[in-house]
Amino acid sequence: MSIRHGLLALLERGPMYGYQLRAAFEETTGATWPLNIGQVYTTLARLERDGLVHPLPESDGGQRPYEITAGGRAELAVWFATPISRTDRPRDELSIKLALALTTPGIDVRAVVQTQRSATMLTLQEYTRLKVRDGEPDGLAWRLVLDALIFQAEAEVRWLDHCESSLVRHRPAAPRPVTAAPDRQAQPDRQAQPDRQEAPR
Amino acid sequence: MSALLELRDVHRTHGRGDTAVHALRGVTLSVAPGELVAVMGPSGSGKSTLLNLAGGLDRPTTGEVRVAGQDLGALSQRQLAAVRRRLVGYVFQDLNLLPSLTAAENVALPLELDGQGVRRARRAALVALSEVDLTTYAGRFPDEMSGGQQQRVAIARALVGERRLVLADEPTGALDSETGESVLRLLRSRVDSGAAGVLVTHEARHAAWADRVVFLRDGSIVDTSGPLPDVEQLLRIHT
Repeated sequence: MSIRHGLLALLERGPMYGYQLRAAFEETTGATWPLNIGQVYTTLARLERDGLVHPLPESDGGQRPYEITAGGRAELAVWFATPISRTDRPRDELSIKLALALTTPGIDVRAVVQTQRSATMLTLQEYTRLKVRDGEPDGLAWRLVLDALIFQAEAEVRWLDHCESSLVRHRPAAPRPVTAAPDRQAQPDRQAQPDRQEAPR
Repeated sequence: MSALLELRDVHRTHGRGDTAVHALRGVTLSVAPGELVAVMGPSGSGKSTLLNLAGGLDRPTTGEVRVAGQDLGALSQRQLAAVRRRLVGYVFQDLNLLPSLTAAENVALPLELDGQGVRRARRAALVALSEVDLTTYAGRFPDEMSGGQQQRVAIARALVGERRLVLADEPTGALDSETGESVLRLLRSRVDSGAAGVLVTHEARHAAWADRVVFLRDGSIVDTSGPLPDVEQLLRIHT
């Protein structure tokens, strides 16, 4: 998630100071990505350095609001206009974990798949329960974020189902038929006679 | 609260010897009133067999199926038919509404088959239709309604009168995602008001409306997710 662009989008509504930005961000995304105030100020400092926001005079309460600059608006427009590339997202730890589980001796890959699926399913149930609770139409921004999480979790469960089916069909000994092994040792050149190799015993 | 539906070590085998097909192998599952359990699994995993056994449409080879405390295996065909009519409601993917009957007549039909008078059955049907927000459609024929509305009629029919167990087999099958969701929302609310439900689906997003999800493979439950923490606790987790 680009906090940088998130803050620019919020500042497009009007000048805000740090705590206001954090509250608005969490309100919009349903607190799916909690921000700490330190991240907000660090990001604001970088945006100011890059000329994308501009600090305004401090308020009576000592809060310094920021406003978006013309450069910031241009940056934001580009962000909205550009699709997010899948390769820009963090590496998927789960797929790496499963690939490693398959090649690590002594690991029950089906158990890894099933444990993950139960956990992802539970998360999916939790999101759905929150959605049932927050069914009111005025929370559309939050509902769309929740729907995104729901569809992503669903995709993961489907993929895990697919992994489980593939594991069931997978025969680890397949590359070398056991019955052919002694013959192969006796006749190193028999690959030239595949018909005989396939003959029923 | 005691379970409304209970399967205890249920096996179901079709055929014998070498050609025997083991559709279910030792399934134990209970569903309490107010609880929705989803059953997921690939084709041939035993989902439909489980649903048929739960609804008394089929009998287990060994093991026990109880609905509202009654052992279905100990009942005569006539008694079993009475349990199906009075306690169990079905929602299928293909809606099975009779095209020549109005929505209210479709919903009243199981009660009339059970020997209730026409007027009494109609009153109960109108209550059931109002619970699914279709009062104004009571006089319409199925082909005068959308797919989503027809599925809501099917849910009203499944839960009309005293029925307390609803068995749904891919109830959102032919519906788009928004309409399918409204059907699940309705099923959820009917279960929340005291029915027990079993939802068979191959879509995780739909199964997620349940309190518990069981995964079947080759006739056995391979894992289960749930039950969920309460909503207040969930909000603390996710906010």
